[in-house]
Amino acid sequence: MLSRRVIICLDVRDGKTTKGVKFKGNVDIGDPVAMAQKYYEQGVDELVFYDITASSDRRDILIDVVRGVAANIFIPFSVGGGIRTLDDMYRVLDAGAEKISINTAAVLSPSLIAEGARIFGSQCIVLGMDVKRTGRNETVPSGYEVWTEGGRTPMHMDALEWAKRGEALGAGEICLNSIDADGTNEGYELAVTSMISSAVSIPVIASGGAGRPEHLRDVFQKADADAALIASMVHYGEYTVGDIKDYLAREGVAVRKYI
Amino acid sequence: MISIIDYRAGNLTSVRRAFDYLGIPSRVTDKPGEILSSERVVFPGVGAAGAAMQMIRSTGLDEVIQKVIAGGVPFLGICLGAQIILTASEENDTPCLDILPGKVLHFSDRSLKIPHMGWNSITVRRTHPVLAGIDPEAQFYFVHSYYPSCARRDDVIAETGYGISFHSVIGRGNVIAMQFHPEKSGRHGLAILRNFAAWKGGPESC
Repeated sequence: MLSRRVIICLDVRDGKTTKGVKFKGNVDIGDPVAMAQKYYEQGVDELVFYDITASSDRRDILIDVVRGVAANIFIPFSVGGGIRTLDDMYRVLDAGAEKISINTAAVLSPSLIAEGARIFGSQCIVLGMDVKRTGRNETVPSGYEVWTEGGRTPMHMDALEWAKRGEALGAGEICLNSIDADGTNEGYELAVTSMISSAVSIPVIASGGAGRPEHLRDVFQKADADAALIASMVHYGEYTVGDIKDYLAREGVAVRKYI
Repeated sequence: MISIIDYRAGNLTSVRRAFDYLGIPSRVTDKPGEILSSERVVFPGVGAAGAAMQMIRSTGLDEVIQKVIAGGVPFLGICLGAQIILTASEENDTPCLDILPGKVLHFSDRSLKIPHMGWNSITVRRTHPVLAGIDPEAQFYFVHSYYPSCARRDDVIAETGYGISFHSVIGRGNVIAMQFHPEKSGRHGLAILRNFAAWKGGPESC
């Protein structure tokens, strides 16, 4: 049986893993290659590196991180953040990433999804979506709107329609981040996850809000997510991947045991 | 030396990186002379069967692969490499290399997410030196929308369940091919690559 995936997200800035802290900006929490190695050994199913480096002239540092990860870690990993062109995609894949996640660039230029899928294959293209609850209205019939620029800019686009269009354009997977749930540690937003997951035939990764293992159980069992993204619950040592998977297995969720 | 066949389709270097990590010499090449003089050959793969077969035929790599296999050299097909060795693929109605009789079919169950993406287990039907020592509970990383379906039961080495039970590891003689990616399947995947690098192409243990 196919296992539900537990995916760890590392935000990377200037070559360091970083974490946003309210009113304090970002603090560095470690070396991404060493952290990736630790999570790999704990049995994580997949990793995501999200580049939040502000200045574009320092982006080569991320390519070095990707190379370092690819030389030592033999599970799939994706890279997102700041990927705007086919050349950006090529550089990241060539350095050893399995997939690329595109968000803002895909909204601004949807053909990037189709071109990326044609050249690199659909399995490489993850459509990242940041969505926010708005209530139903004419431009947003599903009640969820697409935002870009890391959740700063509303696009007046319906999340459900965009997910279906992304699939039709050739995305192989959707990473669905709820802006409302993100950072709360109070659980994934189940309603939007369930709505999108049941409307598309490609896998959906739930993102935003994970704080306890029960949250993963709920997003798998109640919202039918194919994968769940976590970050702070493992970065601060509160849980290991093993703790989370043991809990999920006890609760009847199919997960890959690390043996 | 292990040759990893370069047919210009996607990321071929991940298999190379896994062999590097294991300290096993390998090279990515499209040169017939290099491929034919290798001790072992890997055909990795991502992408669509139609485009891959077109590239293989137009560059003459189809004949090179046939020669490698006829010559008894251990051959490992990965993902698309487990599909193009069968007779034909439903993907773009593509005739394939017909090294093993069988077809490549599309997952037809509409309730399933396509691609079949993520970690799944294998049930071994026939012991094989390349799978020696693999824990029966080990899982492997899959990502595909089409699956191999062998015509002869003897060619099925392992099966995997996703809606139906499909042939996830197939082979005969000096040919073994797997639908999953051993180079992305953690330490169990690396163990398979290490076994392959020691395999002589026969039924005996490594």
